[in-house]
Amino acid sequence: MTQTTRTLAIGLITVIVAALLPFGLSNYQVGLATEVLIFGILAMSIDILAGFAGRTSLGHGAIFGVSTYVVIYMVSNGVSPVLALGLGILAATLVAAVFALLAVRTSGVYFLLLTLALGMIVWGICLRWTQVTGGENGLRGDIRPQILYDHRSFYWAVLAATAVLAFGIWRFVRSPFGLTLRGIRDSESRMRSLGYNVPLHLFIGFTVSGFFAGVAGGIYAFFNNFVSPSTVALTQSVEGLLMTIVGGVGTLFGSFVGAAAIIALENIVSSHTERWQTVLGITFILIMILAPEGLVGKVRILLGRVRSSKPQALPNPKP
Amino acid sequence: MNTFQILNGLTFSALLFVVASGFTLIFGLLRIVNLAHGALYLIGGYIGYTVGIKSGSFILGGICAMAGVAFIGFILDQGLLRFVRGHELRQVLLTLGFAFVLNDMALVIWGGDSFTVPIPEALRGAVNFFGIFYPKYRLFVLVVGILLFILLWLLLQKTRLGALIRAGVDDAEMVEASGVNIRLVFLITFLLGSALAGLGGLMGGAFLSLYPSADAEILVFSLAIVIIGGRGSLLGVAVGSLLVGILNTFGQVMFPELAYFVIFGPMAVLLAFRPLGLFGKAT
Amino acid sequence: MDRRQFLKTTGFTLASAGIGVGPWNQALAQEGPIKVGLLAPLTGVVASGGREMVEGTQFFFDSIGNQVAGRKIELIIEDDASNPDTSLQKARRLVEQNNVHWLIGNLLANTGLAVANYVKGTGTPYFIPIIAADDLTQRQRIKNVVRVAGYSASAFTHPLGDWALKQGYKKIATVSQDYTFGHEQCGGLAQVFTEGGGEIVQQFWHPLNTADFSPYLGQLANMKVDAIFAMETGADATRFIQQYASFGLKGRIPLLGAMNATDQSVIRTLGAECEGIVSPAHFAEGSDNPITKKFVEDYTAKYQKIPSLYGFSMYSGAMWVTEAMKAMGGKIDNREAFIDTVLKTDLTGSPLGKTVKLDQYGNPIYDVYIRKTVKRPDGKYWNVPVETYSNVSQFWKYDPATYLKQPPYSRNFQGIKKG
Repeated sequence: MTQTTRTLAIGLITVIVAALLPFGLSNYQVGLATEVLIFGILAMSIDILAGFAGRTSLGHGAIFGVSTYVVIYMVSNGVSPVLALGLGILAATLVAAVFALLAVRTSGVYFLLLTLALGMIVWGICLRWTQVTGGENGLRGDIRPQILYDHRSFYWAVLAATAVLAFGIWRFVRSPFGLTLRGIRDSESRMRSLGYNVPLHLFIGFTVSGFFAGVAGGIYAFFNNFVSPSTVALTQSVEGLLMTIVGGVGTLFGSFVGAAAIIALENIVSSHTERWQTVLGITFILIMILAPEGLVGKVRILLGRVRSSKPQALPNPKP
Repeated sequence: MNTFQILNGLTFSALLFVVASGFTLIFGLLRIVNLAHGALYLIGGYIGYTVGIKSGSFILGGICAMAGVAFIGFILDQGLLRFVRGHELRQVLLTLGFAFVLNDMALVIWGGDSFTVPIPEALRGAVNFFGIFYPKYRLFVLVVGILLFILLWLLLQKTRLGALIRAGVDDAEMVEASGVNIRLVFLITFLLGSALAGLGGLMGGAFLSLYPSADAEILVFSLAIVIIGGRGSLLGVAVGSLLVGILNTFGQVMFPELAYFVIFGPMAVLLAFRPLGLFGKAT
Repeated sequence: MDRRQFLKTTGFTLASAGIGVGPWNQALAQEGPIKVGLLAPLTGVVASGGREMVEGTQFFFDSIGNQVAGRKIELIIEDDASNPDTSLQKARRLVEQNNVHWLIGNLLANTGLAVANYVKGTGTPYFIPIIAADDLTQRQRIKNVVRVAGYSASAFTHPLGDWALKQGYKKIATVSQDYTFGHEQCGGLAQVFTEGGGEIVQQFWHPLNTADFSPYLGQLANMKVDAIFAMETGADATRFIQQYASFGLKGRIPLLGAMNATDQSVIRTLGAECEGIVSPAHFAEGSDNPITKKFVEDYTAKYQKIPSLYGFSMYSGAMWVTEAMKAMGGKIDNREAFIDTVLKTDLTGSPLGKTVKLDQYGNPIYDVYIRKTVKRPDGKYWNVPVETYSNVSQFWKYDPATYLKQPPYSRNFQGIKKG
């Protein structure tokens, strides 16, 4: 079995198991599972850049949230949900394109800081442009279509969408374009000397990544029925990045593992103590020291050692 | 704009300079973006507040703040960052996790209330300064900021340690290769940078007060300053602090709608076209 | 319970019995403890107020032995982090995971609005002693949201505007946090003040969590105004009052404040800089009404601090709802009947020392004190009434129907009379 077939098989089994989950979970837990799916896509979109282009962004929360704002605003003003979703995704993609234009010439820590700054600008706008965004109050809506009101129906709809999106991202990074991004990640100077237009590739990669973050943000609008500046704030970007890292940068599917881990951890911890932030911080620290390649990344390395007879692709570089 | 607003901007810039100078020392030499710097500011302020209230001495509060925060910096550097040396992004993210922990611990110890560091008698009240009444304490902050700039300049230009730091900012490997114990220089720099954050917390805590999200706010300003001013440049920090402080004050007065945009807009554009900032040096 | 609900519940009870896992949502039990979900900001810009909300609520429930009509009261507390998104998440958790019977709390208007939007869909009773967003008991009334023991933001500043006119003030400038609560408080003052012939010279709006007020104080110092009205809460209030004094404005220009600015949670840590500020509220901890005095003494004995508005309001709110629960014998699972009972209940035993009724919009009608901060013999500061306005409705002296035709107060509409 080739690796591709194996991956697809694992993917399919995962989707089937995920579809059966609601039968064993309470309403609230199904809601949590839905969030895992939505944030998993966000984390995956971050991974496109972090894992495959070597650029770690702290601005994807803002891109995600822009979509949420647009969707709720539009539906509350009478636009059909499907069209609103499309507009939200479009808005997020445009914002990502603008970010990309400014950010493609930087890398490493500077890229991080620039995307952080750009995210803060978006946050500032959402906070102050009260006419449109509701300012501190945010936008409240009742926008979920009637047929998806029920927790489980909505979960299955999101699961279907997630499966399609995840597949799309997977294909994207395995495409020739995706391979070029990996080349840029590994050695920008070499790619340049080979004649590749590095900034253009990064620009496209960033925009595509923003597109997926926007889809996640749009779906989130229907989940939450509410958006406020917190949705575009730095914490959103940080949590998304954390999910990507915990799962494993460059593993793509690790994003869901990361999202599940963080969301589960948050819920369990918050029920017992107020000190969720400390737990989150310690998790971050431990991951950086002990497992910077993330959970899935670590598993892959371990499996690689077990299966050392087969030739292994080099593990993805850690951040 | 009138004298009042200019002074407001300058005094705020002075405070920002105290904090951001520490940040850039660490960023410049160690190439670590210490996202826990804001938390160090806050804890320094809280320590200074507690000591100040109990002992009645602002100066003692300041010393304890600096020492306490330097100690925390020591733990961060020697206890945690040593495991990720050489990996820039990992360091940054580790400091972020550390910042979360510090912020939460501060919440446990000092609670969610807002505290103001008590100003010593001598600095209370306002003076008649060029025709307006201006708080003495804010003028004091301005003076301290200027003094600190001079002290740091002397340190960097006239002492051996300073020479090593400057050389290290340019090329750490070379300095190491020439037999200097670069590790010790790094450690001293980290401690000094952290202590400055603590000092900033004490001073800022007296006129801006201390509260659980103050760390994020000051960190955001510090980042903007260091990005605008450039990595590893004292002049860059000074200019950056002036720009950010004045832009912020005037922005609040003239364009309250735009809040952060007034600072981050120029910063984003600057970073896009001059990634190293105004006076920065390449890594 | 309709057919669909019945099938779902039966189906899943069977399914979970079969699988043996999964607590599917069951109908709320008539027996067993009454679960109450308390949402309060334990972290964030108004954390000090949030903590007192918890204390006030616990103080009341403890005083009745944590039970009503034979059923135990189980209080589940969640931190809303002064943030609407977190507030929504926690509300969801309380309703869906903890299956609470009713929700109470929240402090900042935006957090309350987020939760109100959510309970509109679930029908969970939600009581808001602190959330003052005008519209929740006016234009955007939600059936299952009741403002027990609470107030709408503009209700107290209407009489303050009147009082200011009586002092002979002609020009006022306002400084306020830039969100609905601020807009509404300022609007209430502005409307009554300008209709009485006064002038609002300028209005400053600043984001929540402004550390440095110097840009505003600088401009205020140069204005010729008779008084300044400051609408600040939490940490912003502390800083504003300190900076007002340090810039030499104290004593030069009289300061009027929102009651949140002179609340104990703020002035407790302040000294002489908070003296002499005038603010309107239904509660004055320095009042010499015997019932109020007793409440203040008991509270101070228990928590070593003078009760704030937040502690008092939650205490009264919990008291109000408990009265209704008692009237129903503890059987509160018919939500509509529960809400109706609450709306019909008059609060008789509150620390205000007088009976309070709800108007037909679910908003209480109070006597409003105009209070001043004075120093006690022991050196602490508190608010003492200097004048009282009786039976003030959320609509002041306006006819409700006419009042509701004007838009809600916002940055753009402050009720200012032109000409």
